[in-house]
Amino acid sequence: MTLLREITEKVHPPRALSVPWPLGFPLGAPDDAPLQRKVLLQLLALLPREDVPVLEEFVP
Amino acid sequence: MPRINELPLWLRGVLFAYPWRRIDPVPLARLRKPLRECRVALVTTAGLVSPGEEPFDNDIRGGDASYRVIRADAPLALLEEHHRSESFDHAGIERDRNLALPLDRLRELVAGGLIGEVAPRHLSFMGSITAPGRLVRDTAPPAAALLEADGVDVALLFPV
Repeated sequence: MTLLREITEKVHPPRALSVPWPLGFPLGAPDDAPLQRKVLLQLLALLPREDVPVLEEFVP
Repeated sequence: MPRINELPLWLRGVLFAYPWRRIDPVPLARLRKPLRECRVALVTTAGLVSPGEEPFDNDIRGGDASYRVIRADAPLALLEEHHRSESFDHAGIERDRNLALPLDRLRELVAGGLIGEVAPRHLSFMGSITAPGRLVRDTAPPAAALLEADGVDVALLFPV
């Protein structure tokens, strides 16, 4: 996943999920298991994608 | 998501000067089995270290390109955070290590049958590596080989 979409657009990793939170908060918020789970599920959903590079936005 | 032009001036300067490497051609690693059968590993750049292990060295010029192994049964709350950067608020990760290494969430996904297994070993790097040559040349290949030796199907990367 990425916290800096502009950098990821330069680097072109095969699959990335862009999240909307500040640096230091890649999974959103501490002690927020439902939100953290949602990030993981959206990350895992990218794995079957073969149209690389894939850069998706996190959907709240 | 922070826009680069909203970051502190010094950090904008670092990001501008950093030798970003464009991956070209972009490799395609196909998922070879259903997710519910996959073994999943986590990779963080939060500089997390297991209790009693050697911390990252903040005095290495260009950054400490080494990594630490975090075992799947590691006491998550006791992992020490050694990230040297002042570019982010460390309070979130100090409160809940899952914010950068979501091992508890991964275990829950296994229990729910969404993924197959939690890998036995996970990797922790130090971010803020301003000279990435050693990381790319010396550190990344054995780190990837370690995951491969563990039969890892999927690695999820969490930069901070």
